[in-house]
Amino acid sequence: MTAARAIAAGIAALILGSAALLAGQAQTWALLPADLAAVRFTLTQAALSAAASVVLAIPVSRALFRRRFAGRSALIGLMAAPFALPFVVAVLGLLTIFGRSGPVNMALAALGLPPFSIYGLHGVVMANVFFNLPLATRMLLHGWQNIPTERFRLAQSLSMPPSAQFRHLEWPMLRAQTPGILVVIFLVCLTSFAISLTLGGGPKSSTLELAIYQSLRFDYDLGRASLLAIVQFSICAGVTLIASRLTLPDGLGSGLQGFAPMMPAKGWRRSADIVWISLAALYLFAPLCAAMIKGLPGLADLPNGVAAALARSVAVALGSSGLCTGLALCLALAAAQDKNRWIEVAAMLPLAASGLVLGTGLFIALRPVARPEDIALPITLLVNAVLALPFLVRLLLPAARQMNANYGQLAQSLGLSGAARLRYVTVPLLARPIGYGAGLAAALSMGDLGVITLFAGQQGATLPLLVQQLIGAYRMDQAAAVALILVLASFTLFALLDYGARRYADT
Amino acid sequence: MKTTLLAAGLLSLASMAIGETPVLTVLTYDSFTPEWGPGPLIETGFEATCRCDLQFITAGDGAAVLARVKLEGVQSEADVVLGLDTTLTADAAATGLFAPVAAAENTLPVPFSEPNFVPFDWGWFAMVYDSTKLATAPTSFKELAASNLKILIQDPRSSTPGLGLVMWIKAAYGDQAAQIWADLADNIVTVTPGWTEAYNMFLEGEADMVLSYTTSPAYHLIAEGDATKSAALFREGHYLQIEVAGKLAASDQPALADAFLAFLTSDEAQAALITTNWMYPAKTPSSGLPQGFETLIQPATSLLFSSAEAQAARGPAIEEWRTALSK
Repeated sequence: MTAARAIAAGIAALILGSAALLAGQAQTWALLPADLAAVRFTLTQAALSAAASVVLAIPVSRALFRRRFAGRSALIGLMAAPFALPFVVAVLGLLTIFGRSGPVNMALAALGLPPFSIYGLHGVVMANVFFNLPLATRMLLHGWQNIPTERFRLAQSLSMPPSAQFRHLEWPMLRAQTPGILVVIFLVCLTSFAISLTLGGGPKSSTLELAIYQSLRFDYDLGRASLLAIVQFSICAGVTLIASRLTLPDGLGSGLQGFAPMMPAKGWRRSADIVWISLAALYLFAPLCAAMIKGLPGLADLPNGVAAALARSVAVALGSSGLCTGLALCLALAAAQDKNRWIEVAAMLPLAASGLVLGTGLFIALRPVARPEDIALPITLLVNAVLALPFLVRLLLPAARQMNANYGQLAQSLGLSGAARLRYVTVPLLARPIGYGAGLAAALSMGDLGVITLFAGQQGATLPLLVQQLIGAYRMDQAAAVALILVLASFTLFALLDYGARRYADT
Repeated sequence: MKTTLLAAGLLSLASMAIGETPVLTVLTYDSFTPEWGPGPLIETGFEATCRCDLQFITAGDGAAVLARVKLEGVQSEADVVLGLDTTLTADAAATGLFAPVAAAENTLPVPFSEPNFVPFDWGWFAMVYDSTKLATAPTSFKELAASNLKILIQDPRSSTPGLGLVMWIKAAYGDQAAQIWADLADNIVTVTPGWTEAYNMFLEGEADMVLSYTTSPAYHLIAEGDATKSAALFREGHYLQIEVAGKLAASDQPALADAFLAFLTSDEAQAALITTNWMYPAKTPSSGLPQGFETLIQPATSLLFSSAEAQAARGPAIEEWRTALSK
């Protein structure tokens, strides 16, 4: 508990401290009129994106939960892939499908329908759904899998119709899970600026993060940057607190672990499941495949630095994933026991942190003691771990709460504590979310292009930085090839961690 | 074997003790230093004569380089700052962190007089298009705005070309700039955060034209043998981007820094920059421009605000742009 408090305090210090350091060097304090418009647009797009991702994830995860088909496991595994894509590569993938000369518009033209333009608020939401639908689906899938099998068996033996089964078993789970998932996705979308601007169609789609970027990079207005960062933190804290009050325990109790799927629905429900799974797979994997196929020709002509950049990226990803998983487990276990919501709020704070503010704050703090180039990789590892923390805590917290409710007293009466409790109770029960979370943290770290750009020297490039540099030098084929390697490497890491844990949990 | 290693080790220790090689640190943007960029060629070329070790440290782009200079102040270990452009130099000079440098001979299309900076390359901004898909290109912003052509531009708040375009329209149209932007609004597919996204989306066929440089077609022609890309020649003239380098006053290697700035405008460095940065050389090398450059458009009028004018115009011009496009 004390360890968790210390970690939470450390995170808050790191995130809020970086904004405070900027404020400390500020000369003036003022927001621009455009900043208010940016706050409005930021909130609108984040709310719509979160709602769309979760609403779509409900039928998709439910279908994935009750269907068994060849490739199901691979499909679930592949769902972390969008996260690892560098932003430019993902957008180009989406445009290959939905762009002016993509198959969607060719089909519309063939049918004599007007063309579809992806640019606008709907395009921003579509891109955010592309990145976040997999996350929402996996989080909900864990929820469905945690409904004790016995309850479904009971429901079947009572001949409950599907609607009653939904009301008594599935709705309480959704009621417990969705507020937290909505918050995470809302906050992810809150800090995005490249997506909003690129697909938003113009300056009316400017977000807070763009304003931060402008004030730090072009205007060097540290006061405005720190004010904007404070606005972002306040939104984050407010939303997290509201959601945590809305979250109710599902009250479904415990069952023997290991689950059989609930009775597969027949008739139109079966067809509906198939349609949902196919649509989601198509939406996620068509742009992904488009991006990856573009990388094939360039594989024959890779720049020399690829192997070294790959090694650096993988090392940072593994380190960051390990650190993040440890911290998240500690925080989630504490937050599950404690009625105090502040640990949870602290764990969500990194989502509201602007990578640029965090990086600049660290730069100001560490510049007097070290050369930025010498500490680029450790700093990237630490920052990536902290930035992935909210996802992992969000994944682990519901499972940890359930574990405490169901096994807490038993473990206490047996005098299980410390390492023994971790080994015999916690890890076996939380293996799935731990594995998925560790994989996700690794994938997020692989795709990250935030802090490294502030610290990397001549020799310290990671794979996403290399992609960025290649694209900036007109070398699109090589860039696409390096992006392909990035996705493959990051997916391999993810799959090893996630699949390993799923195997462990199933045995 | 062991003794040889030991001897080598002792020898290198000894040479370090006798006279440590001086280190010249150059702060630049991160697309300067990769193996395909100008960095390695410049490093080899300069180290051949300077008896020093040239090291690069990097920050994202020109604006990020300046932000780092301001963050570090006199504590910066950099001796030379390379990669600012003329929209940033007034800001940079106002920090008082830069030292005056010797003026260098140049072949720029406009006079250049900034006591703290040496230009090393330059380019005209231009709308680039695919000549196989667009037979006749517009010849002015007014014509472009009246057409149905779709264009991609960059955000002046996060990208130097984006800022260049806002300056271009301001320099060409003055008080009418807001009207030009309002007329262009329905031509703009989207505004991207940086050059990278816009240019790639153009290559993917998302728009008819993209804001880039008159030299962009040269890359496709020379490096890829692809002659389909062209830049549109605009009657009102083309705005310039001049990239400059400067010396930090707090440098502990001022003589080496001066030598490096002089080397930057030498034939060797200038020839290297043309086909790695894909810009025009600040001083055309004696070997001339590479074959292929003669196919590029040659604007008759070059537009450029002085650095002080640019600094004053930036805020209002960006706000004008934002208001016109937010409707």
